[in-house]
Amino acid sequence: MEGELYRIWVYLAEKPLMGLTTTLLAYQAGQWLYARTRMFPLCNPVLIAVTVLAGFLYVTDTPYRLYFDGAQFVHFLLGPATVALAVPLYRNVAQLKRTAVPLTAALLAGAVTAVGSAVGLAWLLGAGGQTLASLAPKSVTTPIAMGISESLGGLPSLTAVLVILTGILGGVLATWTLNVLRISDWRARGFAVGLAAHGIGTARAIQLNEVAGAFASLAIGLNGVATAVLLPLVVALLT
Amino acid sequence: MPLGFITVLLVCQLGGEVVARLLDLPLPGPVIGMLILFAGLVIHGRIPDGLQTVAGGLLNNLSLLFVPAGVGVVTHIGLVAQAWLPLTVALVVSVVLTVAVTALVFARLCQRLGMPPEGDAYKPGGRV
Repeated sequence: MEGELYRIWVYLAEKPLMGLTTTLLAYQAGQWLYARTRMFPLCNPVLIAVTVLAGFLYVTDTPYRLYFDGAQFVHFLLGPATVALAVPLYRNVAQLKRTAVPLTAALLAGAVTAVGSAVGLAWLLGAGGQTLASLAPKSVTTPIAMGISESLGGLPSLTAVLVILTGILGGVLATWTLNVLRISDWRARGFAVGLAAHGIGTARAIQLNEVAGAFASLAIGLNGVATAVLLPLVVALLT
Repeated sequence: MPLGFITVLLVCQLGGEVVARLLDLPLPGPVIGMLILFAGLVIHGRIPDGLQTVAGGLLNNLSLLFVPAGVGVVTHIGLVAQAWLPLTVALVVSVVLTVAVTALVFARLCQRLGMPPEGDAYKPGGRV
């Protein structure tokens, strides 16, 4: 019996079905928990799903590559979903145009804060040059961030880790921060969360409010471009 | 699911990848694809119903799509280990500061310019 189960396990572990199914199960468990705890920030569905799946891979000694054979079908949809962000953007284009001035100011202030506060703090706490270069673009969407990191002499793989952690932290901490500051404007909330926590923050914003989602979508692209253009310039001036 | 509009999304993404490589732009293909679709919508003048359905289906589950990459990252968490204290402090403090500064600058400037706030998110249950 045990041998039979083991053979089934070995068979399934080699199939994409396993990675795909566990991803959906873990995420839905996260969503269920999130709803049950009345959206308690630490029960963020992405955080729960990632923790559960990483634990599952560790316990069953499954290599990430094998898991990704199945999970890639979900991962692939990130591309078309990014393209689809044009829809909320278009639907709110009048709002976006009207707030062009505050948007630009918030973009510059946010981009400088994101880089400056992270690099400054890590430097004060003794992080080395390569670590600082890998950390600097952490609020930018992954592909842009990895490019910036490489051009500054950082480790793109470390940057990828820091970008995802930033997104998850943003999902967990943004609501609390915005509520403490009593920011009631959905445009400000969306733009801030998209700028600080890229796609993962935007995903949260879209689920909560359409206007917040549009402003967050815009922030991903704008902060990516602003950081990619400004950061190498600042570094060149300082060194 | 309207198949035609799934194809539209993929064609925009593919176009974005081609443009990014041809012009050597520092933007990822899908982000340029988003700009291409946006331009298309501006020219078309409205959002087709089918596109609305497809985009809504994807975007309502956008969080899920980050899970596989997130798992990959956690399996590489060792990279963070050598400088875990500065990195943890920097990430946590910086994300709070960035959200705060961005939102405050936007909201205060809107106020200064006499633009009325949009929405009433800060009520019990207001969340992003």
